[in-house]
Amino acid sequence: MSREGKRFLLGFLLLASAVAALPVWIRNPYYLNVLNVVGLHVLIVVGLNLLIGFAGHISLGHAGFFGVGAYLSGILTGTYGWCPWLTMGFAACLTASLALGIGIPTLRLKGNYLVMATLGFNIIVTVFLLQLDNLTGGPSGYTGIPPLTVFGRSLISDFEFYWLIWGTALVSLVLARNLCHSRVGRGLRALHESPDAAAAAGVPVERYKVKVFILSAVYASVAGSLYAHYYGIITPKTFDIFKSVELVTMCILGGMGTLWGGLFGAVFLTPLPQLLHFFDEYKDIIFGGILLVILIFLPQGLVGWLENRLHALFQNNRR
Amino acid sequence: MAGKSTARVISEQPQVTHSVLEVRELSVRFGGLQALNGVHLAADGRHITSVIGPNGAGKTTAVNCISGMFRPDSGSVRFNGAELLGLPRHRIARMGLTRTFQNLQVFGHMNVLENVMVGMHAASGSEFMVSLFRFPRLRKEERRIRERSEEMLDFFELTSQAYKPAGQLSYGDRKKVELARALVSRPRMVLLDEPVAGLNMAETETIGRLIGEIRRQGIGVVLVEHDMALVMRISDKVVVLCEGRVLAEGTPHEIQNNSEVIRIYLGGGEEFGLSA
Repeated sequence: MSREGKRFLLGFLLLASAVAALPVWIRNPYYLNVLNVVGLHVLIVVGLNLLIGFAGHISLGHAGFFGVGAYLSGILTGTYGWCPWLTMGFAACLTASLALGIGIPTLRLKGNYLVMATLGFNIIVTVFLLQLDNLTGGPSGYTGIPPLTVFGRSLISDFEFYWLIWGTALVSLVLARNLCHSRVGRGLRALHESPDAAAAAGVPVERYKVKVFILSAVYASVAGSLYAHYYGIITPKTFDIFKSVELVTMCILGGMGTLWGGLFGAVFLTPLPQLLHFFDEYKDIIFGGILLVILIFLPQGLVGWLENRLHALFQNNRR
Repeated sequence: MAGKSTARVISEQPQVTHSVLEVRELSVRFGGLQALNGVHLAADGRHITSVIGPNGAGKTTAVNCISGMFRPDSGSVRFNGAELLGLPRHRIARMGLTRTFQNLQVFGHMNVLENVMVGMHAASGSEFMVSLFRFPRLRKEERRIRERSEEMLDFFELTSQAYKPAGQLSYGDRKKVELARALVSRPRMVLLDEPVAGLNMAETETIGRLIGEIRRQGIGVVLVEHDMALVMRISDKVVVLCEGRVLAEGTPHEIQNNSEVIRIYLGGGEEFGLSA
């Protein structure tokens, strides 16, 4: 195994043991709830980081994909009685085709048109959720989503969902890692730095950009489905454009282009609004401020910065 | 120095002797400027064909048309008998025609080995699903990509720098990384756009030797270059472009004695051999 592979394995084992150990101490449903939301954010941000950090394209519509996953799962299982697990897959497929529809025209253009298109998409999603109120419940939300069942047993408690959500998040991290350390991952990083050189080396630049965008949307959709079954009630506000900004902030705070970055971003920023709930009205300003500060002073993000510091320290000691 | 053990690293295919690349009637217009005007060009699959000409003659434009970077207004580009015009760039690379860039295009944040491994994209095929789930096929292919790329680093004397970010290398070494990336997939032909521009004499010497080595291993080379000493020394055929047209074509000796060519180089105020 390569040195990098060992490092990932070590990090992953540490994380997995932390995930396994935390519920031993934390039994309070409120804290478990916060941890579960962190897990869902990790899931989305790991996917988003593949798009932002590796391929170099920003999406401001991932809360929209998150919402599409949540509402499809909610409505199809709640109103129409579909099987929750199958619906989750169906929602992921539908989200993938939406991403395909957005990605094909915009990612073929040079420049960051994806930001504009996804911004528009997220606003459209919000409008639909608010206006189709006999289907979605409108501004007050959609209720009556059945719980997920595993082997005939319903998952209801925060504790049960903890395992499902974090299990999914860990699997998603491994999958993303596999992708990064393959020819596809190298191709994505290459097209980020120089699309021309990547294409000349045989990387199908446009197709890769569209595919990684779809992949990240599917991650968000799965997170949305889990969210819907976890809470049992969903409201449009959870999936608006500000949520998208939050997700991008998590990605950038943690560090673009490192898988662990997304994880740390979600871990740091998710509890923030809970700690600062008396600042609730200023939440979006605070997130915007964090984004600005990071981009100006730590463009490589927390994990990137830490890696550089450790690297420098290590080199100084060796001299 | 590339030893005997690495002499066959680049191509293990038998040598072929027909015009692998045939460009016909290539024309490109940028607004009021006729960048290429009915250019014909044929390049042999095991020779070095150099394209020279004053600045603005259309050399890079021709390379860009052939490699699919932009589409000419008219003409045809045939490679191994297949039409290239209209094909996406990555397909052209997969067909065995790769290139380097005049303005260096290494991936600065990736290490040297990874840079070269990207070049193997043209000769490998595992896509998203196979990579996400790390199927056995991927592991096997990754191993092949890695071994082949390491051989290439060895050939280009870059092994000691394999894990450095490519952006930290000297200019000359970055040029080598680009060459290695273009050759790692065992192409039939490679387009080199000014591979020695900005290099000192020793580095030029090294690159010149490596280009000769590439040719010996049966890979066709199309060389766009301003360094006349190098062009005249290593080329089998020289094509002179001027204002978007082919002005002359022949062996280096014929070109050096062609009065038209001497006139445009000397008459243009540029000294033959020093125009860069």
